[in-house]
This record gives sequence, structure tokens and C-alpha cells, in this order.
Amino acid sequence: MIHLFHKTNAEGERASGPLLRVEHVSKAFDKPVLRDVSIHVDKGETLAVLGKSGTGKSVLLKLIVGLLQPESGEIFYKDKEVTKLNEEELMELRGSIGFLFQGSALFDSMTVGENLDLFLTKHTDMEPEDREQKIVEALNMVNLKDAVDKMPSELSGGMKKRAGLARSIVLEPELMLYDEPTTGLDPLTAASIAELILTLQRRLGIASIVVTHDLPTAFTVADRAVVLNEGYAVFEGDLDTLHDTTDEFLRDYLSASRLDRSRRERILAARDNVRAANQPGITGKQTKTTGKQTSPA
Amino acid sequence: MAQQELEAPLTRESDSHTPDKSDDNSSSVAELHDQITEGMRVPGGWASTFILLGGLWEFSVRFVKTFARPPYEFREIIRQLFAIGYRSISLITVVGVVIGAVLTMQSRPTMAKFGAEAFIPAMVSISIMRELAPVLISIILGGRVGAGIGAELGSMRATEQIDAMDVAALDPYKLLVFTRVIACMIALPILCIYADLLGLLGSWLVEKLDSGMSVSLFINSVTASVEFSDFLPGVAKTIFFGFVIGIVGCYEGYNSSGGTEGVGKSATDAAVTSSLIIIVLDVLFVKISLMLWPL
Repeated sequence: MIHLFHKTNAEGERASGPLLRVEHVSKAFDKPVLRDVSIHVDKGETLAVLGKSGTGKSVLLKLIVGLLQPESGEIFYKDKEVTKLNEEELMELRGSIGFLFQGSALFDSMTVGENLDLFLTKHTDMEPEDREQKIVEALNMVNLKDAVDKMPSELSGGMKKRAGLARSIVLEPELMLYDEPTTGLDPLTAASIAELILTLQRRLGIASIVVTHDLPTAFTVADRAVVLNEGYAVFEGDLDTLHDTTDEFLRDYLSASRLDRSRRERILAARDNVRAANQPGITGKQTKTTGKQTSPA
Repeated sequence: MAQQELEAPLTRESDSHTPDKSDDNSSSVAELHDQITEGMRVPGGWASTFILLGGLWEFSVRFVKTFARPPYEFREIIRQLFAIGYRSISLITVVGVVIGAVLTMQSRPTMAKFGAEAFIPAMVSISIMRELAPVLISIILGGRVGAGIGAELGSMRATEQIDAMDVAALDPYKLLVFTRVIACMIALPILCIYADLLGLLGSWLVEKLDSGMSVSLFINSVTASVEFSDFLPGVAKTIFFGFVIGIVGCYEGYNSSGGTEGVGKSATDAAVTSSLIIIVLDVLFVKISLMLWPL
């Protein structure tokens, strides 16, 4: 079987400088979403963009591909200023960037195979047999070879993500943008998607930006991380150093993802205090020990 | 106070890291944006009307530019013709027959007062071809097709499918908008001719039941009075009405926002706006056709 995907050594390609530079970018809608954010991604490198919901993570991705325009700042992709490109140049640029949307964004009037074929038909001069082979190969990479004739509505959430991923990599992009790739999936499926992303990155040598609030995914796939809070980049660096942070937001962010019961105890204790203050007859201790009480505070 | 205690452990994360905002440029941009949008809230929604008309004009100019740059997506155009044209046939069949039948029934008593029953086929056929069939089917299809396009593209926008096409440089305008507008422009005149014929059929059926008129007498009566200039303007204006239905439906859906609520709004707005534009444009077309082909 001829392999139509070019395997590259991601580690070997990484030293050749930034593929993408986002410099002092600000963006506002009704209120500021991104404020003076700067990031960079080297070839073959994976950057995780972390933060709470609504902190501008997805907006950052849309700015990079020119779907949105920043109020200020510059975005360089392969040394070309994205915000100054005309429509034709932007189309060309987008041809080398893959984008996995949060909801997969599969075209629901087409089968999975046709979804992939549309990308190949528009961007390559490949013969139908070669396109078919490439589609099969891309679906094999994401363990979805049996879904080629299925409609998106017939797929589960995890399968949709994998089909979307296959569609994004079928043109062998140089940069992959993942918008919440594991949101809405159960932990096992999320872990398998994260593993798949890492495997594909290493196999194809694609530079990636993974926007997520799912820390296990970020720690699995990313080399570096940026954390956004209220539009500002409050952390940039190695993920391992994130644990050593003294920043209160980051510590809260990390502790909120930890699997322990202390947070639950803290919330319930505060709830008991409120109940005790409002109804002097009921003590916090009673509420805590009689777990079956269901009346609201 | 008690409520504050309850919320304290929950809200600490969000207020713990608040960088200094005093030197923030983007906040001034947001304020400017707010001022502009506030200024646009003119009583009566005139601002939104102008924004809509401007958007439709921009969409129309883009249509002409796309038309000038082949190749076209013929497979998608044929698919849309099937969805827009073929699937409207049953509706147009009912509408066509009913227009002819009702018009004949309504006009018979008045015509009978003047002893002019013999002119009913001529009057009905001219009314149907010049005005009733083109306008009525356009308004009805504005509801069915326009709303359908608005909802379809709106849901594609809500589920980021249009963004995905944009990001993949697939030119969503050419693939989604151009094909649907062209399909509307082809389907509407064909459906108009079909509705003309069915209107005559409905008229003849009523004539047959009321006066026992034979089909050959009815056809002779129609062909003796109807001229090509009665038929052509009606069919020709449906090409423009098809353009309006397609472009408005696509515009509303393409620019949909607000998730599923936005999809519903896009569908409704597409139907209402296209119907309104068709009615207003019809006045212009009637004037032009009377200048070109006087009665």
C-alpha cells in the first residue's frame, strides 16, 4: 500500500524557528476579550491554551485563521502578516492550516467520506482512486475506517471528533488548531482523543495549538502552555512549572481540576453556615451528617 | 452577608487575578463600539433596516462577482434545484388550481350581471399570467424556500460548518449561497409556468361545472385573448423574485447569530423580508411591463 501521508520527525523539525507569532493582540466584542496577548508556536511544537470558559481562547484561534480581525496587534504565520492578507492570500494560508472545531463541524448533508473528499477535491488535483486511498488512510489514522459511508448524525460524540480530526489532517496541514477537542466527552474517550492527537503530531510533525480547559488533555499533548485569565496571558511556559506557580488564579485553576473531596467539603461547610445563620434551630453539623436532607439553602 | 459567605469560596477564582485595567487600549475600543451601537438604536429600527439593505446589496454584488468567475458548482446547483423546485411541486399544484378556480368562481356573478360570461376565460387567464401566479407563488415560495434556506444556513452557522468551510478555504459563499440563488432563479420561472397552466386548469374545471364549457372552447377563448406580452412579463419577473428569495434567505442564514434562537429568527426574517421585497418590487415591474407592453 502506498502511503500518501508524509511522515516527519517532529523533534528534528522543531528548532527551525517560530511558525506562528501572535504579538500584542487585543480583541473586544461587547467587552474586551483578549488584551495584549502574545504567543508563538515553533514548527512541530504543541502549545496548549488554557483558561476558563469565555476568556477568549477560541477567539484567539479564529484570529489566527483570519475569521476575526483583532483591534490591535499583529499575527505572523510563516512571516506573513495574517491581518494584512487579501482574500486570495488568506485562502492560500488557510489551505495549510487544519482546524478541529469544538462541535467537529462536519457537513451534515454529506457522509464522512464525502466530507474528506470535498477538501481533497478543492485543494488537490488527485485522481479519484488516490483521493479514495487517502481518505481511507486518514480514517485509519483515527481508527474510523468503517465510518466512511456514515452520515455525521449516525456518529457518537467521540466518533465525530475523530472524523473531524481526519478531515483536518487529510490535507497534511503545517499547523493544527484544536478548539476544545475533548469537551463533552467522557474521560476515557477524552483520553483516547488526546492520545490520538499526540500520536498524529509525532507521526506527521504538525505544529499545534490546543485550546482546552481540560488539564489532563493539555498535560498529555502539549509541550508548552499559555493560560488566559480575563483576556490576559497570565502564564506562559513549560507545563511542569505550572505546579510551582504562586499565582492565586493558577493555583485555584489547578486545584479545581484535582480529584479530591476537599472542595466539596468547603462548599458544603459554607452552605451549612448560611443555613445556620438563616435558621438558628439548624446547625451546620446536623446538615452535614444527615446527607439525605434536600431542602435548598 | 450570609449569601456573601456562601459565594466566597466559589467566586474567589474569578476575582483573584484582576490585572490593572488603567492602561488598557482594548477597553476604550469596546467603549467606542458601545457608543456606536448605542447611536444606531434609532426609534423604529431604521438602523437595522439600513443595515439589512446594505448587507443585501453587498451580498448581491458578491453574487454578480461570483457569477463572473466560473467554474460553478453544477452538482450542488442540481441538488438545490431538486430541493427547491421539485419539492415545491405539490404545493404549487394546489396553489395553481385554487387560484384559477377561485378567481373564476368570484368573477362569474359580476360578469353575469353584464352578460359577459364568455369573457371569463380571457379575464382569468390574463390575471393569472400577468399577476396572480407570479406574485402568489413567489410569496408562498418565499415562505417555504426562503425560510428553509435561512434555517439551513443558520444551523450551519450555529454548528460552525460555515466557519469550517471558511477555514478550509472552500469558499462557502460560492458553495452555499451562489448555488441556492441560481437554483431559485431557475426554479421560480419554471414553477410559474406550471402554476399558469394549473390556474387555467382550475378555471376550466369551474367553468365546466358551472356552464358545461368544453375544453376546446375554453382553450380557444384563452388563446384568442392572451398574447405573448401577457405571459412573458409574469414569467420574467419571477427570475428576479427567485433572486430575492435566494439572496434574502441566504443572507439571513449566513449572518445568523445567537445559536438555535438565531436559526428560528433567520427563518422568520427570511420569509418576511423576501415577501415584503417581492411585493414592493412587483409595483416597479408592473410599471415597467405596462410601459413595454401596454394593455
